[in-house]
Amino acid sequence: MSDPSASCSLSHVPDERGYFGEFGGIFIPETLRAAVRQLEDVYAQVKGDKAFWDEFNGLLRNYVGRETPLYFARRLTERAGGAKIYLKREDLAHTGAHKINNSLGQALLTLRMGKRRVIAETGAGQHGVATATAAAVFGLECDVFMGSEDIRRQQPNVKRMELLGAKVISVESGSKTLKDATNAAMRNWMQTSEDTHYIIGSVVGPHPYPMIVRDFQAVIGREARAQCLDQIGRLPDHVIACVGGGSNAAGMFFAFVDDLTVGLTGVEAGGRGPARGDHAASIGAGKAGVLHGSRSYVLQDDDGQTAEAHSISAGLDYPGVGPEHAFWKQTNRADYVSVTDAQAMDAFEALTLTEGIIPALESSHAVAHAMALAKSLPADQIVLVNLSGRGDKDLDEVLRLRAIS
Amino acid sequence: MNRIDAIFTRLAKDNAKALMPYLTMGDPDLKTSGKLLLAAQEAGASICELGFPFSDPIADGPVIQASMSYVLDQGLNVVDILQSVADVREQLEIGLVAMVSYSIVHRLGDEAFIADAVGAGIDGFIFPDLPLEESDKARDLVQKNGAILSFLIAPTTPPKRAEQIAAASSGFVYLLARAGITGEQASLPPDLTDRIEVLRQATDLPITVGFGVSTAQQVSDVVAAADAAIVGSALVRRIADVREQGSDAVVSHLGSFMQELATGLKR
Repeated sequence: MSDPSASCSLSHVPDERGYFGEFGGIFIPETLRAAVRQLEDVYAQVKGDKAFWDEFNGLLRNYVGRETPLYFARRLTERAGGAKIYLKREDLAHTGAHKINNSLGQALLTLRMGKRRVIAETGAGQHGVATATAAAVFGLECDVFMGSEDIRRQQPNVKRMELLGAKVISVESGSKTLKDATNAAMRNWMQTSEDTHYIIGSVVGPHPYPMIVRDFQAVIGREARAQCLDQIGRLPDHVIACVGGGSNAAGMFFAFVDDLTVGLTGVEAGGRGPARGDHAASIGAGKAGVLHGSRSYVLQDDDGQTAEAHSISAGLDYPGVGPEHAFWKQTNRADYVSVTDAQAMDAFEALTLTEGIIPALESSHAVAHAMALAKSLPADQIVLVNLSGRGDKDLDEVLRLRAIS
Repeated sequence: MNRIDAIFTRLAKDNAKALMPYLTMGDPDLKTSGKLLLAAQEAGASICELGFPFSDPIADGPVIQASMSYVLDQGLNVVDILQSVADVREQLEIGLVAMVSYSIVHRLGDEAFIADAVGAGIDGFIFPDLPLEESDKARDLVQKNGAILSFLIAPTTPPKRAEQIAAASSGFVYLLARAGITGEQASLPPDLTDRIEVLRQATDLPITVGFGVSTAQQVSDVVAAADAAIVGSALVRRIADVREQGSDAVVSHLGSFMQELATGLKR
């Protein structure tokens, strides 16, 4: 383990081969190599193209409604009893979560590549809704792959996608959740890459996806950092975000990576407990492995077979994690902890009752850890939480779970 | 000389072509897989591709995916598979090529897995999700163990890259008949022969063709231009069709289908 203060290149990743330290890379069938190369090339072209970023930032401002507020959660702070808790309100972004930032950015890349169709995988449905929305904005055809178990527990988002003109394709294989939806999307892309772009929804997959998704989400941390300086007069002491694949956390953390006084904590889904198959804590309980195109921490058995993951929140129910998180973990730049289903449910209720904000179950994991951490800290400390999404989509599931508990 | 190289050298001398059946190891069970390898040899196959079941085979269509799920549900692991290969190796002259996800190889350790597989009688490897640029280490290890490593070339692979892939391959190159995933197709793509001819200019290695080759006629069409035809899903589907009837039924059903496929070599 290296000392983060000894490294000045924490934010200068990945390298040209797509590696964040020893994590990342490109592990895909040859059939997809050309499409992934095309994405690399188009992204290299737009990287220094002011017109592209002007268009993207214009959409973020006038369509998504950015910047999203930084909000001091006074009553939640009182409830926790300690450090001040601030919320970065990604739940107020159009479509109800941070996912729209990435989907719009990749839709612009799709147009640059001259492709007419997009596909996406989705767990909670937030990325599917965001991609269906971006497809509607630009008149692209859109198919969304979703595990049948997730279709059951995220009905409102399924209906939204369909209203937006997307086709939702039910995936029945494996655990019928996000991992299997990703497999199905990749299979479809292998047959359609000529006219189709695969909008991956998190900082996972082969290079350049982890970099591109992080860059499109980095607006979260850039805004939050400036808002902290503006509203509080200083940087926060701790920044907390939930981690499934890790896109909201990567987008939030990236602006703070070089601020070594700021502690970064990713919160994974602890599910029902530490037994294999009961949680989705890829960093906490997984090992280095290869899944869905990159080398990172993965929940696998000793034979390399992907283990089933579980979380109350469909968006965290994934047995892998983005390679940049693996890198931050290995360099000790960020800590990773886990929060159980029950703790997340408690935080869901606490935030709803104290602040009138109904959080997504994913984000509730970050809130749960923030409350516990705040309690252990003095009142002059600042804890910044990325409230990555709103909980409207979870109401049926929360009410169902309440009825049986 | 590696067995794969020897097989293709002999075939070239005889002006003959190769049939390469693909089988998911452990479907319906490992003992039957061993018998199927013997049946393949008897039917006139030259090399068998042994599919190692993986939980997330993104390059495979529904037929092979279902077969792999079936095997994994039986609790089989890599050690069991390699043992079953070792058990039948002595009775086999055909080449055995392991088709295995790099996710599995990485977890077991590149060095250990490759050495153990060669020790069990595997002659070569295909890692379908390990592209050229990530393959240096695996290539060295395979070579050190005297085995061959074949890379896939897709219809989407640009010509220059196809040359690089062929240069990095040993034993044979594996040309995908079509973009996409494994599975049976009614007809072969019309540009296949042209693609084989273009690849011929770039490599001296034997050219094998798979993905969507499923009938004796298609075998015949493929080997008119290529050196070998790989048949996968058509076999795996037939195993699933008669799995319930037991091991003997599977072996006899598949044996006669492989004999039928082999007639395609002589048309």
